[in-house]
Amino acid sequence: MQIFPCPFCGPRDEREFHFAGEAGKTRPDTTGEVSPDDWATYLHMHRNEKGRTREVWVHTPCAEMFIMERNSVTMEVLGTECLRAKS
Amino acid sequence: MSHYSAFRLFREGLRGQKGWTPAWRMPAPKPEYDVIIIGGGGHGLATAYYLAKQHGIKRVAVLEKGWLGGGNTGRNTTAIRSNYFYPESAALYDFSVRLYEGLSRDLNYNVMFSQRGMMVTAHSEHDLEMATRQYNAMRINGIDAEMLTAAEVRARVPLLNFRADARHPIHGAVSQPRGGTGRHDAVAWGYARGADTRGVDIIQNCEVLGIQKEAGRATGVTTTRGDIRADRIGATVAGHSSVLAELAGFKLPIHSYALQAFVSEPIKPILDTVVLCPAFGTYVSQSDKGGIVFGGGLDRIPSYGQRGNMPVQEDVVGALVEMMPALAKVKLLRHWGGIVDVTPDSSPIIGPSGVEGLYLNCGWGTGGFKAIPAGGYMLAHLMATGQHHDLSRPFDLDRFTTGRLIDESAASGIAH
Ligand SMILES: Cc1cc2nc3c(=O)[nH]c(=O)nc-3n(C[C@H](O)[C@H](O)[C@H](O)COP(=O)(O)OP(=O)(O)OC[C@H]3O[C@@H](n4cnc5c(N)ncnc54)[C@H](O)[C@@H]3O)c2cc1C
Ligand SMILES: [Zn+2]
Repeated sequence: MQIFPCPFCGPRDEREFHFAGEAGKTRPDTTGEVSPDDWATYLHMHRNEKGRTREVWVHTPCAEMFIMERNSVTMEVLGTECLRAKS
Repeated sequence: MSHYSAFRLFREGLRGQKGWTPAWRMPAPKPEYDVIIIGGGGHGLATAYYLAKQHGIKRVAVLEKGWLGGGNTGRNTTAIRSNYFYPESAALYDFSVRLYEGLSRDLNYNVMFSQRGMMVTAHSEHDLEMATRQYNAMRINGIDAEMLTAAEVRARVPLLNFRADARHPIHGAVSQPRGGTGRHDAVAWGYARGADTRGVDIIQNCEVLGIQKEAGRATGVTTTRGDIRADRIGATVAGHSSVLAELAGFKLPIHSYALQAFVSEPIKPILDTVVLCPAFGTYVSQSDKGGIVFGGGLDRIPSYGQRGNMPVQEDVVGALVEMMPALAKVKLLRHWGGIVDVTPDSSPIIGPSGVEGLYLNCGWGTGGFKAIPAGGYMLAHLMATGQHHDLSRPFDLDRFTTGRLIDESAASGIAH
C-alpha cells in the first residue's frame, strides 16, 4: 500500500484518504443569476492534469480536508497543506 | 486485400504459412488529409473504417502514439452487452451489439464475438426488486432480457457460491442472453485492416503534441512525425481526452482513473457465460484460452498511472474467491491497468468539441469496448455530414450545460 501524509495525523495508509476535487475552483455567487455555462464549468469541467496536480483531499479518520500536490502518473506525493486559516 | 477464409487457412497450413501478407501498411504521414483521427484504439479505427466505407472519405489518417490497440482496447475484459437503463443508452449500445453480430462477416476478420450471455446476480430481496426493475426497463427498451431464479442461476453457473454461509447469498439474476465477449485485439486489427484496405493511412508511433488553429478553427496537428493538416479532426483518445482538450484550449467533464483487470493461468472450461455480482462489484468470464478474466470497480484516485495496484487487487481477488470459492487455488497470471475517461453520468461524449473542426468521441469510461462499432459509426456520421446521427444526439457535450444527463452510473450501477 502507498503511504499518504495527512497534515494532521502524519503518514497513513492510502485507503484512509479520499479525493475530493481539484483545488482552486470558485463557486459562482448563487445569490445572483448564474449562467448555465458558468454553472456547468464550475460543476463539471476539470483540468484533470497528467503530471503535477493540486487537489483537495480528505483524510477520513480525522475528517480534515487538505491540499495535496502529487504527480498523477507516478503517484509521488509532492506535499500537503492544511486548509485552515493560519492563526 | 487478400480474403481470409477457412480454405485459405487450410491451404496456408499445407504451404508452411508462407503466403500471408501484412494485414495493413506502415505508411509515412502525408502533409495533408481530409480527416485526421487522433488515437488508434477501437473507436478511432472504427471511425476511419466507417468514414471510408459508409461515406467514401478515404484521405484519412489515424495517428497513434504507441501501437494499435495498445490503450484500453487491448486491456479490457471484453464484456459486450446493451442492458442499460435509459432508452438513449439502450438504443446506442444495442446498435453496437447488432453491429457486433455482423462484424466478423463485415470485416472478413474473426472478432470472436461469442453471445454466451451475461447475468447480473441479485443477493437479497431488495436486489431482486432492482433486478426486476432493470429487466422491465430492458424489455421496454426492446432489449432481450430474462429473470432467473436462484435454481436457474445454479444450473447455469454451478461454480457460484451457493453455500449456506455465503456472505452474499444468491436470490436470482437478470440476464441478457445476447450479451457476451469478443476478442479485443481482433476488433482493433479487423477495423485497421478494413480501413487500410479502403485507403486509410494508419500511422503508429506518432504522438499528437499540439492542435493547430487558425481564426479559432482547428486546421491540423503537430506530431512527433511532423505537422499534418486537415480541416476535420476527430479525437478518440479515451483516458487522455483532457490532455488533448488542454492542447486545444478547453476543458472536459472528465476524470481519468485507472481501471484494473486480472487473468488467471489457463484452466479447463468451467464458465460459459459472463457473471457480474453487484454486491462485490466484481465480474468474471473465461477466455477461449482458458484464463479466468475478471475485474472490479474503478480505482479510488484519479490517475494516469497505467498499472495495477494492491488495494484494488485485494478487493477484487477477495471478492472473486467469495463469489466462486473453487477458484481460490487458481494462480493469477497477469494483472494490469488502463486509463479510462469517466464522465459525471457515466455516459459517453460524442459531438463537436466547441473548437470548430474538432470532434469528440470519448467518456466511455469503464464500458466502451462494447460500443466500438457504434462509437466509430456515430463519429464517422458526424464528421462526414456535420450532423449528429439520431442515436448520438443525446450524448452531445451540451448535456452538461442543459442538465439533460443520462445518468447510467446511478441507473444501471457499475459494470463494464
Ligand atoms: C481493465 C479494463 C477493463 C475494461 N472492460 C471493459 C469491458 O468488459 N467491456 C467494455 O465494453 N469496456 C471495457 N473497458 C473499457 C474499454 O476498454 C474502453 O472504453 C474502450 O476500449 C475505449 O476505446 P478507445 O478506442 O476510445 O480508447 P483506447 O483503446 O484507449 O485508444 C485510445 C488511443 O489513443 C492513443 N493516444 C492518446 N493520446 C494520444 C496522442 N496525443 N496522440 C496520438 N495517440 C494518442 C492511445 O495510445 C490509445 O491507443 C475496460 C477498460 C479497462 C481499462
Ligand atoms: Zn488525518
